[in-house]
Amino acid sequence: MTESNIKSIADILAAHPLFAGLDPEITDLLGGCAKNEHFSDGDYLFKADGPADTFYLVRSGDVALELRMPGRGRLTVQTVPAGHVAGASWILPPYRWRFDARAVGTVRATGIDATCLRNKCDANPSMGYQVMQRFLPIVAERLQSTRLRLIDLYAPPADVGRAL
Amino acid sequence: MLPRPFKLRARRPELADTVTLELAAVDGQPLGFAPGQFTMLYVHGVGEIAISISGDPADSNSLIQTIRGVGAVSEALCSLPEGQMVGVRGPLGTAWPVERAVGKHLMVVAGGLGLAPTRPIIYWALANRDRLKSIDIVYGTRSPDQILYPQQLLGWSTTDDARVGVTVDRAGQDWTGRVGLVTDLVPTMLRDPAETVAMVCGPEIMMRFTAQALADAGVPQTDIHLSLERNMKCGIGWCGHCQLGPHLICRDGPVFPYPEVRDLMTVWEL
Repeated sequence: MTESNIKSIADILAAHPLFAGLDPEITDLLGGCAKNEHFSDGDYLFKADGPADTFYLVRSGDVALELRMPGRGRLTVQTVPAGHVAGASWILPPYRWRFDARAVGTVRATGIDATCLRNKCDANPSMGYQVMQRFLPIVAERLQSTRLRLIDLYAPPADVGRAL
Repeated sequence: MLPRPFKLRARRPELADTVTLELAAVDGQPLGFAPGQFTMLYVHGVGEIAISISGDPADSNSLIQTIRGVGAVSEALCSLPEGQMVGVRGPLGTAWPVERAVGKHLMVVAGGLGLAPTRPIIYWALANRDRLKSIDIVYGTRSPDQILYPQQLLGWSTTDDARVGVTVDRAGQDWTGRVGLVTDLVPTMLRDPAETVAMVCGPEIMMRFTAQALADAGVPQTDIHLSLERNMKCGIGWCGHCQLGPHLICRDGPVFPYPEVRDLMTVWEL
C-alpha cells in the first residue's frame, strides 16, 4: 500500500463516526490495516462461524446481520446502517463471527484487518485504549437496544390513557 | 362540556386490533384542530375515552381517529357499525409546536401506534414543505405486520419532499427492510442536529430513549417535543386522573417540551 493510499484511507477513517476526532497519528496507523470494499446486493461481508479477521465500517448502504434457522430460513436480527460498524467478534477470542452479514443493496465499506489492528493495539496500548473507547459504546448500545427489543416496547399497555 | 353528536361515516381496518374511524359532525359544523390535539369519544352506554386526532388539520369536515381496541370503550369504537352515533368533546390539549420547525429540519419519530398522533404533523409539513429545510419521518414498530399506514409511508418515501426510515424490532425472512430499535435509526437520519426540531410519539420508554438519543446527537432539548399519555378521564383538567407531577396531561399536554417532562419520566411513583 502506498503512502498516498494510506493517507486517503486515513481520511476516510477520520470521516467515519466511529473514528471521528481520533488523533491523526492513530488514524494513520489504522489506515495501514484498512481497505475500501464494495459489495453488491446479497453479497456476504462475512458468515457465521467464519474467522473474524475483517470487520467493516459501513459507509453507505445497509448490512443485515442474520441467523439461519432450521425450518425458518434466514432471519435478520439487526440492520447496520451507514455510519455504523458491522462486526464486533474480532475483539475477543475465539475471533469467530456469530452471525452472517449480508449486503442489502449496494454497500460501500471500509474493511479493517482485525489481526493487523489487534497487533497494533498490542504494540501501542494507548492506541488500543482509544480504539476500545470507540468500540465499547457500540457494544453497549447494541446490548441496550437488544434489551429494549426484548421487553416488547410496542405491546398494548394494560392501562391506557389514550387508545391512540 | 357537552359532547357533540358525530356520525360514523366510514371505518377502515388498519391492523388486527386497530381501525381508523372517519366521523362527521351531525350539525355540519367543522371541527378544527391543531396537530397533536385529541378528543374525548363517547360511546353511548359504554363510556368515554381520549383518542388522538390522526387526520389532516387542513380538513375540518371530517374527524379522523385511529383506535386500538384495548378496553371496553375502545373495542366498542373499533366495532361500531357505520352510521352509528358517537359523542365528541374537543379538540382538547396542547398541539405540536409545528411553527418552531419553520426554517429548520423537521424530524418526526413515531413508535407503534404513535404514528397516528404524529400523522397530522406530517400532513402539515408536506403542505408547508417550502417553509421547512427538510422532513424526516422515522418509524419503528414491533414487526412488519404491525406497520401502521404502510401505503402512506411508502407514498411519502417515494416523494422528494420527505425521507422515511422504517425499522422493526423483529422480522421474518420476507422482510427486506431494517431490523433494529427506532433509536438506532434516529442518529443516522439526523441532518444538522443543531437546526433540527424533533417531535416524538410512542410508548413512553421509546420516547425517553429517543429523546436521549436526539439530545446526545446535539438536538437542542428545547426543540424536542413529546406526546405523553396517562389515564385521562375528564379531558379538561378537573379530575386529576392524568396527573404527572405538576402537570395534568389532558390540560397541560399531551404535547410537552422535553425539558418539562424529562426528569418526571424516570420517577417510578408517577
